[in-house]
This record gives sequence, structure tokens and C-alpha cells, in this order.
Amino acid sequence: MKVKSLDELKKIREESLEKVNLREKGDVKGDKVEILVGMSTCGISSGARETLTEFIEEIDKSKINNIKVVPVGCIGYCHSEPTVQVNIPGQKPILYGNVKKDKVHEIFEKHLQNGEVVENMVLDIDFERA
Amino acid sequence: MSKTRTNIMVCGGTGCLASDSEKVAKNLELIIKARGYEEEAKVIQTGCFGFCEQGPIVKIEPDNVFYVRVGPKDAKDIVDEHIVKGRKVERLLYKEPHHNKKIGKQEDMEFYKKQLRIALRNCGLINPEDIYEYIALGGYEALGKALTQMSRDEVVKEVKESGLRGRGGGGFPTGVKWEITKSQESEVKFIICNADEGDPGAFMDRSILEGDPHSVIEAMAIGGYAIGADKGIVYIRAEYPLAISRLKTAIKQSRELGLLGKNIFDSDFSFDIDIKFGAGAFVCGEETALINSCEGKRGEPDFKPPFPAQEGYWGHPTNVNNVETFANIPPIITKGSEWFSSIGTEKSKGTKVFALAGKINNVGLVEVPMGTTLREIIFDIGGGIQGGKKFKAVQTGGPSGGVITEEYLDTPIDYDSLLSIGSMMGSGGMIVMDETDNMVNIAKFYLEFTMDEACGKCAAGRIGTKRLYEILNKITSGKATMADLDALKQLSYMVKGSSLCGLCQTAPNPIISTMKHFWDEYLAFIKDVDHSQGEGEYDGAKNKDNLMLKA
Amino acid sequence: MKSLTKPQAISVTKPVSEELPKEKFDELEEFIDNMETTKGALIEILHKAQNIFGYLPRDVQLYIARKLGIPGAEVFGVVSFYSYFTTKPNGKHTISVCMGTACFVRGADKIIERLKEKLEVESNEITEDGLFTLKDVRCVGACGLAPVVMVDDKVFGRVKEEDLDDIIEAYRS
Repeated sequence: MKVKSLDELKKIREESLEKVNLREKGDVKGDKVEILVGMSTCGISSGARETLTEFIEEIDKSKINNIKVVPVGCIGYCHSEPTVQVNIPGQKPILYGNVKKDKVHEIFEKHLQNGEVVENMVLDIDFERA
Repeated sequence: MSKTRTNIMVCGGTGCLASDSEKVAKNLELIIKARGYEEEAKVIQTGCFGFCEQGPIVKIEPDNVFYVRVGPKDAKDIVDEHIVKGRKVERLLYKEPHHNKKIGKQEDMEFYKKQLRIALRNCGLINPEDIYEYIALGGYEALGKALTQMSRDEVVKEVKESGLRGRGGGGFPTGVKWEITKSQESEVKFIICNADEGDPGAFMDRSILEGDPHSVIEAMAIGGYAIGADKGIVYIRAEYPLAISRLKTAIKQSRELGLLGKNIFDSDFSFDIDIKFGAGAFVCGEETALINSCEGKRGEPDFKPPFPAQEGYWGHPTNVNNVETFANIPPIITKGSEWFSSIGTEKSKGTKVFALAGKINNVGLVEVPMGTTLREIIFDIGGGIQGGKKFKAVQTGGPSGGVITEEYLDTPIDYDSLLSIGSMMGSGGMIVMDETDNMVNIAKFYLEFTMDEACGKCAAGRIGTKRLYEILNKITSGKATMADLDALKQLSYMVKGSSLCGLCQTAPNPIISTMKHFWDEYLAFIKDVDHSQGEGEYDGAKNKDNLMLKA
Repeated sequence: MKSLTKPQAISVTKPVSEELPKEKFDELEEFIDNMETTKGALIEILHKAQNIFGYLPRDVQLYIARKLGIPGAEVFGVVSFYSYFTTKPNGKHTISVCMGTACFVRGADKIIERLKEKLEVESNEITEDGLFTLKDVRCVGACGLAPVVMVDDKVFGRVKEEDLDDIIEAYRS
């Protein structure tokens, strides 16, 4: 399919909005949960790929089917790679740092299954996006 | 000693005074007195908080609660509720425009966040391999707007008026570059994206290509439309396999949606992008060398003029911009030049991405408005020096830049201010050094790099950098004399003045700037200096001439 | 400006040897023959060749030169200009030490010196047993982990001098 006009593009935007709404605002309806894993060179070399795989395995094991794992680019927090952001509808997105493979279980169990944020791993998001 | 427990800071900046902040302060004082709290709470008029739009501002310390749009009548509630009962006055709290959430503490407010992400706006937020996520955040609307609602001249004008300058380091105004290329009469023109990020310790371009490749593709198409090119080339380092694969995926997806290819948005503009690989040569970041390398040749620079805008890739007019520069283009087109030029300093608009590394707590990528000070970047965003050590210097501009010492940390950074303090913006590498780093070694490190990377075309660069490195090596191995320092300095200026291209013209900068700021560390290596008289004392009236070096 | 033409018709003898088998030359030839144009494509072809052979020995360079109808010196000029191209075969494992500025200020220079001593090679050389090639590379982009050593694709971060023996041993067995 080819985009032929600005209106068509805007229509695609409307249709795709659902994909990213959760990330920007957190106040969407529905029960879809997202886990964003920073997968750029720096993240991967710190073990982000293993982290991502581990999340997928946890999800498979738990049989929860409303969680989506999304590989994203670099958020710039090299000091705390791998970084993982958890977006739950109705809640502020939470960014975790230093999420090596062995930390995945704790985040999954506490935050995703029981709704408690794992405070000692939370990073502040100190920037504004244009 | 007063027993003051609470300070009530009332903004006395011009903006707030105009909206009655003086009266607010007076009322606060009166009511505090009436409640008998004058011992404990004190009203202080302060300078501008920088948030005039929401004035008058009242801030309560140490609670760190921030009230906005406080009228004289609100004074009663602030005292009765907050000071007496210790409860926040909800209705006066600042509301974040996006989610309407009430925020009381200053550090939670986006306005006070130091970073503003324009080039990195989508990095870490979208799946770079899904074009629909990019579109969902407004992607390709800038291209659509340019092609369907703007003339080529209007696009150039918008970019020119935004004040955007080349982010690769040189800082040449992007709009002017586009205008020159546009004005060339030629059937065939090219637009090239320089993704040959060679500065060792800088990785912002890679992060953009890995995290948001579509923004670069969209911007190249906009640029192609503006200058009249139907072919774009991304020249990217072969050492960036992940960035290459994401870029390839992105190009494929754009083609599928007709956002690259024939008659984009049903206009008569067609555009497509090819990828060319570098093979590890720092000099290829220089435009003319890059073009030679795109043609499959040794990446040696050519004399300018003719400039690439006149005679570039295979002799056709060619516009070369850096990745970060391109990433700024789509927001400029959608939000307008006025928005963009409201950010930054007078001569440097917008933001700059820095790769913050070295002896710093929070190593990472930061994007800050131009005019942010180095101190804010290093200590507020970067979290200060590792291991509680003392800050010594920060190096910007990579192998072409210089060191900046403590005394200049409060300089608001932009292209011109960095030049004036002996460094340069460069592509955005920012390496922090602590008291344990030896600056002569740092200079030697950079010279080893430029010596390796000098292409060999001009004698000044080929031989000069080699000799500079040799002298530095002699110094650090303790075999040098004052005469060597003299030679080092002279040769530095010679190489600077006589090299063919920017790489070697700037190669001596790390030496010149470390000699200027850390002369003692050079002296400490010299064998004919009497070190017994204290660190760096130079005893030798007969070598008076050498003393002149310090000046 | 000398432009490269596409000499499809020319048949070039392949200097086949034990290390340079015919199949690899065939693969390279097919790649070149299938290009739309070889104008300006020398670097791309060299990338492909290095991909196939692992390195760019004299015979491969000469083969490319003849295939494209350009002087061997021109090919060698390009090969020797770019640090990514290598004319020597690599060891079984490549140990790359990041020499970006961030790693340098955190002690990468000492790490590479120790490695040179331990492996008894200079950088860009292969160990006697053919097991390791030691390389100094520019920023691998893991500045947060500085100093960084990579063995093949595996990244070792915040490496200390005393860690090196363990890293090497792990690949010896």
C-alpha cells in the first residue's frame, strides 16, 4: 500500500496511535502492558538481548497474554544499561536500570504480576521530549 | 540566631513583579505576623525563577513546594494551610500540561528538567524496526507537509530561519548550505548523510540511527526536495552493523509505503536512498574525503573550492549533512522555525546531543538546549565525578578540540563560546577527567589517534602529526628538554596553519590547549628543570626565551 | 576522474590455493557480475571479499583488479588506506581492546599493554598458535562499561588487569 496524501498518512497515524499511546501517557484504556527494552549497541553489549529473552520466557511461563515486549533504541543511560521501561495502563511509565538477566524475575513477579514497583532499581527520567 | 523553620520565597523577577508579587509578599508577611509565626517563617524576595509564564511564583523551603499564579488573596491560604497546618494548597500547585497531574516539587517539573530531546525524541520510545510506531508519533508528516503544502524555497527558508547549524562539528548554517546547493544549475544533484562517526568516544549518530532511523530518512527526503536531488546516500561506518541493519529495514519499509520512491505523496518528487559503507578512516568525516570514499576511492580530502555544493559526488552538486543535523529537520518543518529558534542561544539554536563519558557517574547520552553550562551537564545531569574525586578538565570536540578547566565551567555552551575558550563543539564527545589524569598523556592519546588517521595527502599532516607525537612521547618518557617543549609548540602552530583539511588543521588543538592550561604537567616531565624547588618551577635564567612559552 | 567499467566479458584466472579455494572466488565473481554497475563500487567489493575470505591477501586483491580492469596498485591503495581491511588472516578468536577516549581515561592503555605481554604479540598480530588476533579498535560504543575488551562478539566490561588471565583461559580450552 502506498501513502498518497497527508490525509492518508494521518489515517495511518490514527490507526497506529494505539501502539504508542501507552508509552507517552500511560492513561489509556485497556489492559495491554508493555515492556520496552533498550536494544542498541550499548544495551546489547551489556546484555539486553539476554534480558529481553528472559522476559519472553517469564511471560511464556506465566501464561499471561496481555504483555508485549518491544525492542527500542537507546535512551542514553549508558551508565545503567540494560534499561527496561514498564508501561502499565493508568500508571506512570517506570524506567529500570541495570536490568541484567538475573533481575528479570524480580521485576516480573513484583511489578508485572503484583503491581509493586521495584524501587531500588528505578531510574529518574530527567528529560523532556520535543 | 533566628529560629526560622520555613522560608517563603517570593519571586521578585520583573515578570512576577508585574503580576503583583510584591503585594503577595506583603500580604504573606502581614498574615504570618497576625498568626504569630514571624519567628518561624520568613518571607524572602528572590530573583527570577525563570518560569515567568506561571508567575507570580511562591516557593516554600525546605518543603520544596512550588506554587504558581499566586494572587495577593492566596496569601491567607498559604499561611493558614501550609505554614500553620502543614498541608499543601492543592489549587495553587503547578499542573503538567500533558497529563494534568498536579506537581508540587520543583525537580519533578518538566520545565526544570535540564534535558530537552529533539534529535533523540523517539530514541528509546519506539520500535525502530516498525515504521507504524514512527508514524504514530507524527512521523513523515513533515515530509507530507513539505511536499504538499510548501514550495522548495519555503522549505529552505524554514530551515534557514530556524538557525539550525551543522551538528557534525563545524557549525555551518544548514539552511545556507541547502540554499547554495539548491541554487546550482544541474540536472543531477545528491544529498548525503554523513554517518561516519569517527570521534573515538562519541556515539550519538549511531544511537539515532539505531533508535530512530526513519527520522533521518524523512529528513533526507525533505532535503532532497528542497535542493532538487532525487538521490540520497547514507555513508555509514562498517563498524556499526546494528545501525546498518536497522537503516536497511527502515528504508525498505518506507519504500513499501511509498514514502521513498516515485511520486511521493502523489507529488512530482521522487527520491530514493542508497547506503555506502565506510571502512574505518576518521578523515572520511571531512566532506570531500567522504565523497571520494563514496566513489570507492581512498578517502583523501580535496582542495576547496570547489565546494561539494558546486562539484561533489561524481562532479554533481552535493549536499552533505550529519545524522544529528538531519534528525532535527522533521520537527523544524512540523513545528516551525519560530519554535526551534526559541530554544538555545542567540547564535546557536536548538539543542545538542553529547556523549558524556570518562570519569563521570552517569555515563550516557544527553541532549540539552544550547546555552546550558558545562557545570549543569557534568554535575547535575552527569551526577558529578566518579569516586568523589576532584574535577580536573573536560575535553570536548574529540581529537580536534581542547580541554576546558574548572574556571570555564559556567560558560553557556554554544559553537562560538566553546571556540572562544579554546575548544570546539565538535560532534559531541565530552570526556570528563579527574585529578588523577595526566594531561600530557591525554594530548599524546589524541595525537596518536590523528597520526594514525592522517591520510597522508599533505606533508604537514602526514609528517607533522608524526613529529608531534614523537616529541610528546619523548616528553612522557622523561627524555625531553625545554627545547623540545619549544619545538612542540612551534610545530603545533605550523601544522595548524599549513594542513590541507580540517582533520590536521585541528589536530594540534589538544596540545595547544593542554599546554595553555596545564603547563606545569609538561614541565614536570622535563629533565633540565629543577624540580626540587617545587612542582613545575623552572630554574634557568639562561633559558629565558623558553619561559616565554608559558605566555 | 577514472570511472570503473563493467568488464563482464573478461574471464580472469583465479589464483586458487589451499587457503583460497575456488568456491570462494566463484562466490566473489558472482557478486561482482550481479552488480548493476561497478562504478565506484570498489570498497563495496572489498567488503564482500573480506567477508568471503576473512582477509584480503595479495592474490585476492589482484584478482579484483583484473576483474575490474584497474591497476592492482589502485586496489592496494584502497585496501591499505582503510583500517577495516586486513591483509593478514585472523586468529581463531579476535581480542579487541577498545581504545576510545572513554576507555583510555579508564585505563585501556594498560590493558592492551598487558595483553601484548601475555600473548606475546603486537596489535594486529596473530599469536603463534593461531588462536588469537589482538586488535586495538576505536570506540565500540559501550562507554558506560569502560574499559571494554571484546573477544569475538562477546563484550567484557569494566575489565581489570587481573581479569585478563581468566578471559584468555576461557578461550584457550
